[in-house]
Amino acid sequence: MIRTAALTKRFGAIVAVDDLDLDVRDGDIYGFLGANGSGKTTTVRMLLGLVLPTSGEIHVLGRPMPHAAAEVLPQVGALVEGPAAYAQLSGRTNLALFDAARGGRAGRRTRSRRVEEALDRVGLGGVDERPVRAYSLGMRQRLGLAAAVMRSPRLLVLDEPTNGLDPQGISEIRTLLRELHAAGTTVLLLSHQLVEVEQLCSRVGVLDRGRLVLQEDLTTISGPTGRVLVRTPEPDRARALLDGQVEDVTGNRLLVRYADPAALNALLVGAGLRVDELAPEHRTLEEAVLAATSAGSDRIERR
Amino acid sequence: MIAVELSKLVRSRRTWVTIVLLDALPTLVAFLLALTDLGPRPGTGPAFLSAVLHDGTLFPLAAIAMVLPLFLPVAVAITAGEAIAGEAQAGTLRYLLVRPVGRTRLLVAKLVSVMAFVLLAVVVVAATALVTGLLLLGHENTGHTLSVSGTTLSTGDLAWRTSLALVYAMLSMLGVAAIALFLSALVRSPLAAAMGTLAVLIASTLLLTLDAADALRPYLLTRYWLSFVDLFRDPILWRNVVHGALQQAVYVVLFLGAAWANFATRDVTD
Repeated sequence: MIRTAALTKRFGAIVAVDDLDLDVRDGDIYGFLGANGSGKTTTVRMLLGLVLPTSGEIHVLGRPMPHAAAEVLPQVGALVEGPAAYAQLSGRTNLALFDAARGGRAGRRTRSRRVEEALDRVGLGGVDERPVRAYSLGMRQRLGLAAAVMRSPRLLVLDEPTNGLDPQGISEIRTLLRELHAAGTTVLLLSHQLVEVEQLCSRVGVLDRGRLVLQEDLTTISGPTGRVLVRTPEPDRARALLDGQVEDVTGNRLLVRYADPAALNALLVGAGLRVDELAPEHRTLEEAVLAATSAGSDRIERR
Repeated sequence: MIAVELSKLVRSRRTWVTIVLLDALPTLVAFLLALTDLGPRPGTGPAFLSAVLHDGTLFPLAAIAMVLPLFLPVAVAITAGEAIAGEAQAGTLRYLLVRPVGRTRLLVAKLVSVMAFVLLAVVVVAATALVTGLLLLGHENTGHTLSVSGTTLSTGDLAWRTSLALVYAMLSMLGVAAIALFLSALVRSPLAAAMGTLAVLIASTLLLTLDAADALRPYLLTRYWLSFVDLFRDPILWRNVVHGALQQAVYVVLFLGAAWANFATRDVTD
């Protein structure tokens, strides 16, 4: 769906994106993570032909970008760095103008139907004719999403789509994305919200200072770590018993490197040890991301 | 895309406010002339203004002569300066481009939209001036008007020469529009693009009065703007009018080309 090879972008001396090999497969909901200034937005702008790469290759929907922009972009819906609209016009007029901008002949009724469908999808179906200037942040965000999902694109590129929405709205958008995904849309989702990504995505890529430091299926990332978490009232005895395999002890909790949790349980119980809790350790997405990345560019240490 | 731009132009409140403001000066002048009956002495003041006291049908020309040197180009500079930089500032540029709207297509649509604005402005100013001229200054129903050369022009003759003059006035704005569009594609602030264009205009006007800049004169943007007066000579003096039209064409090719060269490969990061 999206494939880049050695994609690099320099702005003067700054390397914004460095040797990136992105691989978003057909049917993925791909969570694209990274701190502020890590190069996510520049990457997305390159995928959409807004920014031209310094070197490297981009293929979107199997066609080279930005060369094939005229064929590729009609099948892509995008929300890039926040929504934008003509503030003095209504949401409906904005959508109609953006739809007409693509060209091609469409009757007033076809266009109006597309606009109403898109508004319904994002929960703005009943919006009045007030200018976008008078919209709340959440309404603008929904309008931006409406513009992106209009004409049912094959690929959606969404930069922080739930920004400015309340928990109710976030949940609605999540449902919308699941529906679109079920209908065959591939989604590239840029986000800071690790929980959101964990709930939605099938695959994750992490960018750190312009480099892709992690690209993996979420099931692989959050798979068992090969360690087992044991809670026992007798941590000292357990430690003596499992000499050399205990990696960490906090109070009555032990972290044990042990491949088979069931075998470990049998061993402990067989030695007459009381075990309150025993479970294989799973890595959270947050741990994986933090382990792979450094502090974001908006953190500036005192020297 | 042209239809979209025209639709945005017509829906924009600023378009109409600008045109009303543009229209205010000639209307004020019409009232003052009607009240005081004091015209400028022949040969002084804006073109045609001394003649309109006797003949209101000439007032559209006087009105165009009034707004052409400053007001109209300022309005054009603001409108065209807004074209790309304004979209960039509002964030809508990236959404237009990913629709997708080709960059070249966008530039051309913007130029067409600016020229539609000029057409709208010139027509409104001329029409208002015709009405105010006839109502306030009257019309001697002799069926003919004195040309600049002193011969008489029939009403039909006057009508087509006036239309030609209006077209010429619009053509004269092409250069300003192209320069403002170029700057609008180059810088990020619509205001900076408009101001930059005004600077070019002021420089051109200044250099025109300077004898030392004689060699530059034929190339200056504002050199032939008021040459539409030549359309009212008998016979018509075509030389400057044709030069003017060609010169505007050169400005368009040059600056629109430069705008394209810059914009077509520019990173859109706003």
